[in-house]
Amino acid sequence: MAVNALKEYSFPIIDGADKFHGRQLLYVGWDHHLLFCAPFAYCLPPDTRFGDIVEKMLPHSFGYHPDWQKVDFSTATWLKSGQPWQPDMNKTLAELGLKHKDALRLQTPGLMGIGGSCS
Amino acid sequence: MDMKATKKKLGLKEKYAHMTRGLGWETTYQPMDAVFPYAKFEGIKIHDWERWEDPFRLTMDAYWKYQAEKERKLYAVLDAFAQNNGHLSITDARYLNAIKLFLCGISPLEYVAHRGFAAAGRNFPGVGPRIACLMQSLDEIRHAQTQIHALSNYNKYYDGFHDFKHMLERVWYLSVPKSFFDDAYSAGPFEWMIAIGFSFEYVLTNLLFVPFMSGAAYNGDMATVTFGFSAQSDEARHMTLGLECIKFMLEQDPDNLPIVQKWIDKWAWRGIRVLTLVGMMMDYMLPKRVMSWKEAWEIYFEQNGGALFNDLARYGIKMPDCVKQCTVDKEHISHQAWATFYQYGGAAAFHTWSPTDEEMDWLSAKYPNTFDKYYRPRFTYWREQAEKGNRFYSNTLPMLCQVCQIPMVFTEPDDPTQICYRESEFKGEKFHTCSDGCKHIFDDEPEKYVQSWLPVHQIYQGNCFTPSANPADPAFDPMLEVLKFYNFNLGHDNMDYEGSRDQQNFNTWRGLATKNV
Repeated sequence: MAVNALKEYSFPIIDGADKFHGRQLLYVGWDHHLLFCAPFAYCLPPDTRFGDIVEKMLPHSFGYHPDWQKVDFSTATWLKSGQPWQPDMNKTLAELGLKHKDALRLQTPGLMGIGGSCS
Repeated sequence: MDMKATKKKLGLKEKYAHMTRGLGWETTYQPMDAVFPYAKFEGIKIHDWERWEDPFRLTMDAYWKYQAEKERKLYAVLDAFAQNNGHLSITDARYLNAIKLFLCGISPLEYVAHRGFAAAGRNFPGVGPRIACLMQSLDEIRHAQTQIHALSNYNKYYDGFHDFKHMLERVWYLSVPKSFFDDAYSAGPFEWMIAIGFSFEYVLTNLLFVPFMSGAAYNGDMATVTFGFSAQSDEARHMTLGLECIKFMLEQDPDNLPIVQKWIDKWAWRGIRVLTLVGMMMDYMLPKRVMSWKEAWEIYFEQNGGALFNDLARYGIKMPDCVKQCTVDKEHISHQAWATFYQYGGAAAFHTWSPTDEEMDWLSAKYPNTFDKYYRPRFTYWREQAEKGNRFYSNTLPMLCQVCQIPMVFTEPDDPTQICYRESEFKGEKFHTCSDGCKHIFDDEPEKYVQSWLPVHQIYQGNCFTPSANPADPAFDPMLEVLKFYNFNLGHDNMDYEGSRDQQNFNTWRGLATKNV
């Protein structure tokens, strides 16, 4: 539905893909590890290799968790917008078709957080 | 030559008529529709403004007299508080962090409420609501002032009180209450009245003010208790206005019902999301606790609100749908919020800390279904790590909800172990929300919410640095620069309470007052 307004109501999207100086936002959450209260937001060039995110950025963000050491990326699964998604570590965000503000969920079966509490 | 006056004084009834209804007139140089351009576009049909019943029979001269009397008393108490080192009578300086949140997050909203009611008063063609909105507008600016004055005394001694106005417009968690009021203020006058006059001031106000004021009383904060008392009689008037307004809209035309119901549904959810901060304050920030958030929710919303909606049922108004979700959420949101501030405590202008064993036992007793199972392991782990010198501060910015602007911390209604992700598309862009409630609000007016000033996105766009910041400098630390932009006193306003300057000072000063040195 449209906004009910006195005059024409049209304003720019202030978080559009054109506003990040050539970069794009990518959100990554780790299911069942609520020690991290919310998914993380990254701002990356589209030619970022997905493997670099997994090898460098995610450990920086998630490394505090004792489960992080046990994550096996050969068995880990991913969701994009809630649907199963398969990354190729050697491809870039653009090559993988990841768009501005896509949300990924990392799932690591068998790892259930602190004391199995999903923390 | 003197004019001969026929009668010296007006009777009460005459005075009331002249100074309220008698102040309105039909314009002739310009059509009424041109003078009141905001009166019709929202679709609310009003046939007879004269049917408005003044919920309180107050005229402007009586208003000034009455309020002046109250403020004389208030300032006398505040003076006494300052002169007697009232700040050392509080239970513990940890308590003041709740008050920092109040000063930065709530008091400036009183000011926005002042502007909003002034605008509503200007925009309604009916003289009855115009007068009522004028008085509420004055109440709100007085409340902003008295709160700022009352709390300024703490600014002399403690960190984090120094720049609430600057922070409100910039800091990530303050965008939550700010955007709530901006959303209401940028709507039309009728939606404003349902959003703030009814949903906030009537349905939810007891969940905001009662916890803060009883929290203050339980924790020896006479400054806050005093402004609370001073505001109380005004709040009663605001509640009456909110209720009168909704009844008036519903009685004027049956077509108003679906519009009003939609606004109630939206603003109940918007308000409840903001109250997450109050829940956190009640369960985690008060050294001496009043009641749990869950108990407050049950008394003030489920019981009192339930009675209100039963009363409104005769107009066809239904309890908002979001209440089902709230019944689940009441067991979770305060813990989720404190966990959030604990880990982003490096980027907050108040202190956070680990709950003690005794406090965790209290939480466990108040939340037997959820605390031990989901939240105790988290807080216990963090505390153990902090004791080993590995206190957790998150180093990456969180994903935010496009509507409530809270980080995406809330869990699925049927699964407290799973973050709730909701997604919408508009003009080829994705927008993420934290819940069905926020998604529904986004989908209804996407053109409005694509303008949300989300702090995380603004940081990444490079809009949250001071003019002197130089991103080309190899030593440029973006997170540090953002905190400078927020005007935090780094190392004093933020981080853990344990080891803070507030903690040291309070203990030293209270020691001087109670012990022989």
